[in-house]
Order: sequence, then structure tokens, then C-alpha cells
Amino acid sequence: MIEGMVIAGIATGANDGYIYVRAEYPKAVARLTLAIEQATELGLLGDNILGTNFSFKMHINRGAGAFVCGEGSALTASIEGKRGMPRTKPPRTVEHGLFDKPTVLNNVETYANVSTIINKGSEWFKKIGTENSTGTKTFALTGNIQNAGLIEVPMGTTLREVIFDIGGGVRDGGEFKAVQIGGPSGGCLTEEHFDLPLDFDSLSKVGAIIGSGGLVVMDQKTCMVEVARFFMDFTQKESCGKCVPCREGTKRMLEILNRIVDGKGEDGDIELLKELGEAISKTALCGLGKTAAGPVLSTIKYFENEYKAHIYDKKCPAGACQKLKTITIDPELCKGCSKCARNCPVNAIKGEIKKPFVIDQKLCIKCGACLSNCPFKAIKEM
Amino acid sequence: MTAFDYTVLDRAIEQFGNKESSLIAILQYAQEHYRYLPKEVFPYLSKKLGISEARIYGVATFYENFSLEQKGKYVIKVCDGTACHVRHSVPILEALRKELGLSEEKKTTDDLMFTVETVACLGACSSAPAITLNNEIYPTMTPEKAVALVKSLKENA
Repeated sequence: MIEGMVIAGIATGANDGYIYVRAEYPKAVARLTLAIEQATELGLLGDNILGTNFSFKMHINRGAGAFVCGEGSALTASIEGKRGMPRTKPPRTVEHGLFDKPTVLNNVETYANVSTIINKGSEWFKKIGTENSTGTKTFALTGNIQNAGLIEVPMGTTLREVIFDIGGGVRDGGEFKAVQIGGPSGGCLTEEHFDLPLDFDSLSKVGAIIGSGGLVVMDQKTCMVEVARFFMDFTQKESCGKCVPCREGTKRMLEILNRIVDGKGEDGDIELLKELGEAISKTALCGLGKTAAGPVLSTIKYFENEYKAHIYDKKCPAGACQKLKTITIDPELCKGCSKCARNCPVNAIKGEIKKPFVIDQKLCIKCGACLSNCPFKAIKEM
Repeated sequence: MTAFDYTVLDRAIEQFGNKESSLIAILQYAQEHYRYLPKEVFPYLSKKLGISEARIYGVATFYENFSLEQKGKYVIKVCDGTACHVRHSVPILEALRKELGLSEEKKTTDDLMFTVETVACLGACSSAPAITLNNEIYPTMTPEKAVALVKSLKENA
């Protein structure tokens, strides 16, 4: 990557390179610091590289916990010591970038490929991957998968090969449900996409993106509505607040999703989520906002029945949403000690001492206080 | 009441340079020393760097990593990135909060011993669910293991 950045410096006439890395990755910061030190000692960085009149200095900027700083104009603002808020484009960062100068901004993986392509030639590189997506791609394969970790595969490798041949399938004997691709801005893929080649064209056809290169595998016990709520909670918190569609829209979408997983979903919620999602995607200022609704829209597309079950039947098919669980007392096991009734915060449990107690489902708030207090394991959650 | 130690800020300015673009690095340095950003930091840096206090405050409140409130001796971060989330990080968070009497709003115990907060990805996705204790990673956690960790810290305190 360092070599790639130096080459980019030579190509564009830049003498400073900045690496923006998350502070949450201290190992990456330590390794980059060491690599820069070593390259400088060897005369591969710094003044008059290898005796030429070209000089290139490398700086490390640790992020301070703002997801939106992955967006080009927000990233440059952050390196300038400002709030990392995106601005309207054009001008793009190649025209007005860091310190108002033209800036070449690329991903780590892109720079890491540069020296190999120069050494082995572009023809060699193009032989790997597919026609329009050349080379290899790294993915972070995680979640409910047997072998989790970073992988590098030729572009166009199928999802099946990645999940089963490399990943070893779903962990703990679970059943595959979906895989979230491309991070919180991405979308989900399902069983029907097992033979889909992972490349730019094929993914865009099914409404997904390679994005961050994240592949999070989810099993049958994962609730897709809750996952969509989780992503929306994240993007809503990470919205910088500059443009209205993202700032207000993500908040409203999150409110609806929170209601649905709490068992308070209403008729029309799915339609409203779609309408809001499409409006935010069309009108938000930056990539974060434009893709914020991605996980919601894609889970509605592939798992609309799960949304319907939450909204109309007040059931979570995956059995994951706490507020949609039914908590009951097994009369066979209950000794009638009344401990559950005394611990219930809403007085939903009634009964006579030494006789089985009963939970009034209308009053129960599914807090689980009875469950953890029962000395006879007589209380069940379904 | 001891006098505020401004030398930390002087050292940070010396290391990163007296310029606006060093602001985030200076604030990070300050936070690593004070464990939060005390209010004294703002007027001092404003004068030294020639940036308005409002601007510095704006940066400090924009980024998640900066805290204007004092943190505990032990800072526990529960990773709630996607990989940890689908591997059940939330029950770990809930167990820790329950054990320490904390909540989403109240992140630090009154005796300033423990802070419990969430973080979006520690980059330890293959050891999900992960937590950190003062930046040291504890892999493949369970609610029980997390509570046991807190109990052992309390006993040794």
C-alpha cells in the first residue's frame, strides 16, 4: 500500500500522503506506524527517495469514531481537523480535496494492488476475475459461519464457494438464512443467490453492493426485521445531521422499525418504510444517506413475510424479538411459591400459594423477570 | 483541589504541531491522558491554536470517541458491530449494565470505577462477540464470562 501511494504521488505530483485509519484498530495503527518508519529508514519514503529528486511524506490520521468519515469530502474535512461532514459535489475531491488542493483518494485495497499490477502488467491482472470486475477482492467473512476471517478471492467467485467451500458453512449446525454484503449500506442476499458471482455487475443487478467487503452470515435464528432495525439504528446515530432527508428520514424509519419489533407495528408500516427509504435514497446529500435505507429495502424485498408476521400476527418467526415472545408457566413444574408474582413489575402473574400460577398475557410486558427468578425452571419463553 | 495540568496539552501541541489540522490528534492525546476532555481544555487550546472555543467544542462533540464526562478506571467497550451483533452481543451488554447498575444513559458508575459503552466494530470479527477492557480485547465473550470479569475486577480493587 505504501508503495502504491508513493507511485500515486509520482503520477500526480503529490508529496504528502495521508492514511486515515480507525482508532478502534490499534494493531493496524501500530503496524502502519512501523512500516512507515522502516520504509523511511530504507530511503523509500521521505526526502529524495532512492536518490531521486522526488520526496514523499506519509502521515497517519486516526479517526475519532465517525462512520461518515469514510465519505471522501467528510474524510478530508476530518484530516483538516474539522467536523467530518460531507459537502455538496461537485467539486469533487480530485478538484477540491484536502486543504482545497486536488486530491487522489482511494481505498487501501486499491493502493495495495498498484505495485503488483505494475510489476506483472495489466494483462496479467485482467486475467483474474471477470470482464468488468478484474482482479481479486478481499472480504471479511463473519457472523454465523464456521470459518470466520479475511479472505481474498478472484472477483466473480460465487457466494456458494465463499460460504461453503471457504467458510465451511453455517456454524453450530445452523441453517443458512441470509448474508449481509457491503456493510450497513449494503443489502442482503439469500439462498437464491448462492450461484451469483460476486462482482460489481451481478451484485448491482440484485440491488446489492460490494461496499466495505463485509459478508455477515446469518442463520435461521436471526430476525431480519431486527437486523434492519440494527442497521438503521447505526446509520441514524452516524448521520452527521447536515441534510434533512438523512437526519429526519433515518430517525422516522428507526421509529417505525422499533415499533415493529416491539409488537406495535401497524398496517401501512411496510409501505411507509418503502416510501421513506426511496425518498431518502433519492434526496440525501452523501453516500451514507443515499444507502441508509438499503438494508431495510432489501430485507423487505426478500423477507416481507417476516415483516408481516411481526406487524399482523405479532410474532417473530425467528424467535429473536423479546417483546414478541410468549412467556408461560408450566403447571406441571410450578410449585406455586409466588416468587414470580412478587417479582413481576406489572402484576401480570396471579395464583394461589402451592397451586400453579398463571401469566395474564394481556398484561405481560415480556421483561423476563419471572423467568430468571423461578427456582423450579417452570417458566418458558417461546 | 490541585491545579490543572496544562503541560499535557503543551506536549500534544509540540508533538502534532500548532495548527488547526492537528486538533483531532491533540484532543485524542489529551483524552488518553485525562481519560476524558475536561472543560479546561477548550479555552486553553482556543488561545494556543487560534481557533474559537465553539469550533473545538463542535469537533469534540461530533466525534463519538471524545467524552466530556469523566470515565471510569475500567472502560469496557462491548462491540456491537454487525458480526458481534448477530453473534449475540446485546445480552452481554445487558448483563454488564445489570451487574453494574448502568444503562444507555448512565454509562459510568458513581464511584468512577466502571464505564460500559458500545463500539461499532473492533476489527475482531472472527472472535465475535468481542469486548475490550481498557483497550485489551477479550474474544468470544458470553454474558456469564463478562460478569465474571467485572466481579474479579471488583474483588481486586
